[in-house]
Amino acid sequence: MTALSTFIDNLPILTIVTFLPLVGAAFILMTRGEAQVVARQSRYVALWTTLLTFLLSLVIWFQFENGTANFQFEERLDWLPQYRISYHMGVDGISMLFVILSTFLTPLCILASWDSIQKLVREYMIAFLVLETMMVGMFCAMDMVLFYVFFEGVLIPMFLIIGVWGGGRRVYSAFKFFLYTLTGSVLLLVALLAMYFQVGSTDIPDLMAAKFSRDMQLWLWLGMFASFAVKVPMWPVHTWLPDAHVDAPTAGSVILAGVLLKMGGYGFLRFSVPMLPEASEYFTPLVFGLSLVAVIYTSLVALVQTDMKKLIAYSSVAHMGFVTIGIFALNQQAVEGAIFQMLSHGVVSAALFLCVGVVYDRLHTRDIDRYGGLVNNMPRYAFAFMVFMLASVGLPGTSGFVGEFLVLTGTFQMNSSVALLAATGVVLGAAYMLYLYRRVVYGELTKTDVKAMVDLEPREIAILAPIIVVVMWMGIYPMAFLDVMDASVAHLLRNYHDALATRAAEIAPLGSSLLAWVW
Amino acid sequence: MTAIPAFAPAYPEIFMALAALALLMLGVFRKNDSMTLVTWLSVLVMTATAVLAVHGTDSAVTFNKLFVVNGFTVFAKVLTLLGAGLTLVLINVWAQGEKVARFELPLLVLFSVLGMMLMISANDLIALYLGVELQSLSLYVLAAYHRDNQRATEAGVKYFVLGALASGLLLYGSSLVYGFAGTTTFEGLATAVKSGPDSIGVTIGIVFVISGLAFKVSAVPFHMWTPDVYEGAPTPITAFFSVAPKIAGLCLFLRALVGPFAGMIEQWQQVIIVIAVLSMTWGAIAAIAQKSIKRLMAYSSIGHVGYALIGLVVGNEEGARGLLFYLLIYLFMNVGTFAVIMSMRVKGKYVEEIGDLAGLSRNNPGMAMALAILMFSMAGIPPMAGFLGKFYIFVAAVNAGFVALAVVGLLASVVGAFYYLRLIKIMYFDEPTAAIIDPPGLTTGIIMAVSSALMLLFFIVPAPLVSGAEAAARALFLG
Repeated sequence: MTALSTFIDNLPILTIVTFLPLVGAAFILMTRGEAQVVARQSRYVALWTTLLTFLLSLVIWFQFENGTANFQFEERLDWLPQYRISYHMGVDGISMLFVILSTFLTPLCILASWDSIQKLVREYMIAFLVLETMMVGMFCAMDMVLFYVFFEGVLIPMFLIIGVWGGGRRVYSAFKFFLYTLTGSVLLLVALLAMYFQVGSTDIPDLMAAKFSRDMQLWLWLGMFASFAVKVPMWPVHTWLPDAHVDAPTAGSVILAGVLLKMGGYGFLRFSVPMLPEASEYFTPLVFGLSLVAVIYTSLVALVQTDMKKLIAYSSVAHMGFVTIGIFALNQQAVEGAIFQMLSHGVVSAALFLCVGVVYDRLHTRDIDRYGGLVNNMPRYAFAFMVFMLASVGLPGTSGFVGEFLVLTGTFQMNSSVALLAATGVVLGAAYMLYLYRRVVYGELTKTDVKAMVDLEPREIAILAPIIVVVMWMGIYPMAFLDVMDASVAHLLRNYHDALATRAAEIAPLGSSLLAWVW
Repeated sequence: MTAIPAFAPAYPEIFMALAALALLMLGVFRKNDSMTLVTWLSVLVMTATAVLAVHGTDSAVTFNKLFVVNGFTVFAKVLTLLGAGLTLVLINVWAQGEKVARFELPLLVLFSVLGMMLMISANDLIALYLGVELQSLSLYVLAAYHRDNQRATEAGVKYFVLGALASGLLLYGSSLVYGFAGTTTFEGLATAVKSGPDSIGVTIGIVFVISGLAFKVSAVPFHMWTPDVYEGAPTPITAFFSVAPKIAGLCLFLRALVGPFAGMIEQWQQVIIVIAVLSMTWGAIAAIAQKSIKRLMAYSSIGHVGYALIGLVVGNEEGARGLLFYLLIYLFMNVGTFAVIMSMRVKGKYVEEIGDLAGLSRNNPGMAMALAILMFSMAGIPPMAGFLGKFYIFVAAVNAGFVALAVVGLLASVVGAFYYLRLIKIMYFDEPTAAIIDPPGLTTGIIMAVSSALMLLFFIVPAPLVSGAEAAARALFLG
């Protein structure tokens, strides 16, 4: 028995969870036969693989030790020995829940695509499995080069998902998504290389322990910001997001909103803040400014949208504005609130896109005006949609409340006017979401094709029910999640404030020295 | 009486020359259709040459210091032979299919490869020139080989005229260097350059030599011939052009600049920076508007040469390693891509428009996936080997302080990503056209499958290859 348990303890669980989807993809690749049979088999293989991955990822959660900021489940293998760059995996309280979020959403995406994807089903499922590997790997990577590889690798399957299975201007959106993100990412790569030469390692713990001069920090911070701000996305580099969301298939939007946007926030928490504390402090006003614009401006933009997906896409930008404010408010409540808000937004916005997908599958339009009165013939749908809508608004008792509340509390301690302005976003959020809900679900049921719509089928209930449970759980007992991140966030902030306290008193003038360093 | 020089270091080249002559005889006396036989024998000869090179003398200078062998030359020769061998197989498949199979074809390849090997081992400006010419003359003929085809002959003539001009520049530069430095051997030049005061004559000479070599590797602004020749020449021969001469040319470039002219690094570095930046950006921008996939590949290879030249700009061991590793990845990317292009046939007829790839993902998913992997690799997106190639180059550049150059290169790679993605878009996003591309033949199919699989494999286990490149780079700087 002990032998077995040590064996299980020594399993490289993170590697298994990361690469298990690829095994499923390999199986799908090997299926042969009639198109119909291949499609059916691909769906089932993908579903079971992702479910198994999810179950295994729960093992990570159960075995995860709360109350320590150390990286856990660490694994290390040589990869580029000449540069001492290794395959180094590990999770801490900040990243672990994102792994669960990714593995939780992927099976739901597979289910959501069950009937709506009829073209190239095999390739679609492979793309999703590869995407899952990239996402999980990114959150587990403890080496910056490895992180970069997964971070960029996400682009390939997502590009194909939008471009092949999307609608509308899918080609335009796919290219816009890819090139926007790639441009940001290459600047991250330069920052990465520059850090590497200062420290002699790309190991994330080593980089966190390293000290960079203030001038260098400012440049490195900007390089990273270029990448993470596009990913979050922050105003004004958010314009790829509405396009990508509108044209992506439902499941693609789910992953985009649910996980991909979190990569930016995660990047700030993992790299910008702990590695470049002085620069983070220096640029905080910039982040606050852009985030506030995002919160208020994109909320207003969301109010006037006529396309359901576009509305939710803009609301995502607004919600992620809260996240960046929370991260850079840099106190315990705000940062935990930001992480919680990311998780909450991950499930809620994913659910909202799934809800749009449900009606889109029936009527093949996302035009809000084409709906109305759905509560009469789709009561179950109306209920599910209401839960997610209220969670998005931030009603107490749902996950959205906890995140927003913590962020605002934390931010208020740091800068009350920023908190005040951000709070207007909450009001506007309630406005556009309730307005959306009223137009789609309430009102007279007059249109004949809308009358013909049937309520949720079992498959759709199976998709939405788990999310409702999670949303309520996160809202009613958030400690289950906050406990996980407590120690890591405290550690992060302690290091941050220590670094600021011990910084060199003398601050070199900007400009000339920056240029000197670049050249 | 001078002593008889040591032949042993040159055994690979000597063997290759003799074997080529023997195969020529074989071809002449065998009556009909001996191309397949000569091709495979040539591949065998190249393999044997590679084995001889690997197991031959470790490090030596011979023939009155005209010829040098060390770890670097061995690595470069093996790469060149690999590229030539793979493309020669493709050439045979094409020639058999087009009914233009003649035994001279593999022999021309063999002779040009011999020239490349001499280039790589050249230790003297005269030897360098002779190697370049032996290579180039064979290449001109190869470009025009499809002599009934108007475009091929045009390509041959263009290549010849411009190539002769470049050779002239190279020779003129060499003579200037000789006139001002008083010697043509690399060792002699190295000491002359290091000890003497900066001579404007030598500097001008170097600029001419660089121009000549930049032409051979088709770096901007000496690239004009490339798209036309790539488009006009038969596809597999284009594949050969894009691989072997580029590898040999860049290795020679590296050896010539960091060897004899190491003392003048500040002078030539500026020139190479300009060439590299222009090649990367123009290669990326000009490719966007291309409709012919071969022209697109021409600009793509111009861009890749630009990246490789960054390794040269850095001018140290790390840069050399990056360059060699880049060339290795580039070799398989290009061979694989050209294997796909060669398979672009509609009812037996070759097509070259990129629009012809529309819907390939449905008609031939395997081929589409292979090309997609190769394109992502060319764009330098992880997890493909192309990313690591660029990574090592940029690591060297940033480490040596060329941050701005690295930023320009990376931004150019974003622009470049656009047209690589466009091919993927056409294959995967666009509706199929009426013309359905035929399934590839067995040999081409294997080559494209293996090349694309290697893109993933090299990414996962790069260590042995990088070690090889590192050892070669170290040998280069030892002497």
